[in-house]
Amino acid sequence: MAKMNLLQAINSALDVAMAKNDKVSVFGEDVGHFGGVFRATSGLQEKYGRARCFNTPLVEQGIIGFANGLAAQGSFPVAEIQFGDYIFPAFDQIVNETAKFRYRSGNEFNVGGLTIRTPYGGGIHGGHYHSQSPEAYFAHTPGLKIVMPRNPYQAKGLLLSAIFDPNPVLFMEPKRLYRAAVGEVPEEEYTLPLGKAEVVQEGTDVTVIGWGAQVEVIERAAELAKKDGVSVEIIDLRSILPWDVDTVAKSVMKTGRAVVSQEAPHTMAFGSEVAATIQERCFLYLESPVMRASGIDTPYPLAHEKEYFSDHLKTYEAIKRSLNY
Amino acid sequence: MAKQMAKDPQKTAVVTELQVIEGNALNIPMYQLLKEDGSVHKGAELPEIDKELALKMFDTMQFIRVLDERMIAAQRQGRISFYLSSLGEEAAAIGSAAALKFEDMIMGQYREQGALAFRGFTIEQFMNQLFSNAKDLGKGRQMPVHYGSAALNFMTISSPLGTQIPQASGYAFGQKQSGDKTCTLCYFGEGAASEGDFHAGMNMAAVLKVPAIFFCRNNGYAISTPAAEQFAGDGIAPRAVGYGMKAIRVDGNDIFAVYKATQEARRLAVEENEPVLIEAMSYRMAGHSTSDDPTGYRSREEEEARRVREPMIRFRNWLVKQGWITEEEADAQQKAHKDTVLTALKEAEKIEVPRIDEIITDVYAEPTEALKVQLEELKAHIRKYPDAYPNTAGGAK
Repeated sequence: MAKMNLLQAINSALDVAMAKNDKVSVFGEDVGHFGGVFRATSGLQEKYGRARCFNTPLVEQGIIGFANGLAAQGSFPVAEIQFGDYIFPAFDQIVNETAKFRYRSGNEFNVGGLTIRTPYGGGIHGGHYHSQSPEAYFAHTPGLKIVMPRNPYQAKGLLLSAIFDPNPVLFMEPKRLYRAAVGEVPEEEYTLPLGKAEVVQEGTDVTVIGWGAQVEVIERAAELAKKDGVSVEIIDLRSILPWDVDTVAKSVMKTGRAVVSQEAPHTMAFGSEVAATIQERCFLYLESPVMRASGIDTPYPLAHEKEYFSDHLKTYEAIKRSLNY
Repeated sequence: MAKQMAKDPQKTAVVTELQVIEGNALNIPMYQLLKEDGSVHKGAELPEIDKELALKMFDTMQFIRVLDERMIAAQRQGRISFYLSSLGEEAAAIGSAAALKFEDMIMGQYREQGALAFRGFTIEQFMNQLFSNAKDLGKGRQMPVHYGSAALNFMTISSPLGTQIPQASGYAFGQKQSGDKTCTLCYFGEGAASEGDFHAGMNMAAVLKVPAIFFCRNNGYAISTPAAEQFAGDGIAPRAVGYGMKAIRVDGNDIFAVYKATQEARRLAVEENEPVLIEAMSYRMAGHSTSDDPTGYRSREEEEARRVREPMIRFRNWLVKQGWITEEEADAQQKAHKDTVLTALKEAEKIEVPRIDEIITDVYAEPTEALKVQLEELKAHIRKYPDAYPNTAGGAK
């Protein structure tokens, strides 16, 4: 075990994967000698050479197109998109190519070796174009897996699973926690399951569901609720595609109340899917409607970031709305 | 002047007189060996092709022309939903595929059935895909002509234009890393070359020095849009120079010139890790697909004028003059293909659609729990309304 922040955990996962299999390569904008703008790939070029850790030209659709081809050839490319906000030029390659490669070919070809890493989310004074949470666009795409870790330990174990999973994975890293989240992380290889949620805190009165950086927000909200005598069960989805309906449904049937807390704008965020599924699966167990705490439906603002953000207080209020309905 | 000086502004040569470089400063001539009548240009050096290979190339051309003609008719009769002919462009696909090693990967656009046939895709495999039946390698999931075969190193076609171009760069990068001395040949049209993926893939290939051949079939049309409305410069080949990549412009209707150009491109790609852009000049004698009628956007006169450049007569004339085939033998071969194609068509038509269970396989390596539930719900629904789903009602039990 070692104390690592989330970036160091990512770096450690990449290091372990590259040491384990020489078909693992890491590339993207500035990821080479410089080690990436957040330094997630620090030291990898020195250790594994320029053929396995390298800069690409500044072209997101090219990075993912290239990665699709490399994965189809039998490699394990880990392609970095510098910010989730800049993933959209690659939307066609991800949605029409990555996600459909195996299906459309009848399994003649696949890009299962591909992992796309990208930082997402706000809290770094990044304004519109360094703060978005675009996971819901991709969650509408059968064929992709989408993973969003909440802390360093989760990040390393989930990333190692993602790299060697036989399906393409979009791995979205909470950039706000890159240096802020620190925890004990094994230095050696370990994996955590994809598609499985985790009950982070057990409780009896209300289930609060989140993923990625939002889990920390929920934990703070739960502390506030605890002072009111409310017992909150916290679930980290960890994967939003495919997602662990059973764990959520089991919890909601126990507590009778559900709140989704998410960073993305309210309308059509992934929480909408979670809420719809809960009412299908748990209708007769529900004491109140499924509540959502989300960003408001505006582009991500700069000066009003604090107000925009679905913070612990808004999540706490959603918990109270659920309880007092 | 230092080569590639733009990489270091300090080393850029200086002029005091303003220079404006013309957009058409680079005009690339077209490499041609066979004249339109099939005779060889004086002094032109034909590639080393033996009789067996030449006849295989010609036979493949004849086969594809028969297949295209028959399947256009089948679409008109309502037997298949869609078709896309390569009429007039057979030499570009077959001549280039013939110059590759079998281990080289081919990534097509969708009009290179000749390359696939040359690799050994059988008439049954063509038909099963066209009828999206249970024996289709693609499990009936894509529109007709979206072929693919891992065994033949031919990547499954996808409809979005140009997406295969950066993929070819990545695939070729993997080939280079593996050290197995193979390359990737990627086909696309002059219309697709306007897509962002063209720029992305070309630039990455050049910067990362991958063994890829980018083969542009400039057939003059993107559906109805003529080349003159597609680009302002001298076509596609000069763009390679902007990427620091080698370029060849070849007569796409001269199968020997295409063969030789691709051979040289392959040598550069595999031995020197130099990607090459080949622009093959041709003419799409067919419509874009069965969904459009060329009389709506071009004249009969234009079509007739271009017909004299068509590739098959040219090659046939050469073969006959060479004494490698007689007119009678060529005709008999064509007749035999007609029979084979018709028989295979009738056979494929009878094969049922894939089982309903296949609707959820291959979305992921293993179906998710949610997909399994959705399949069971779907089957229950089909059982309830079997008459509404006659193709799969039998398999939903």
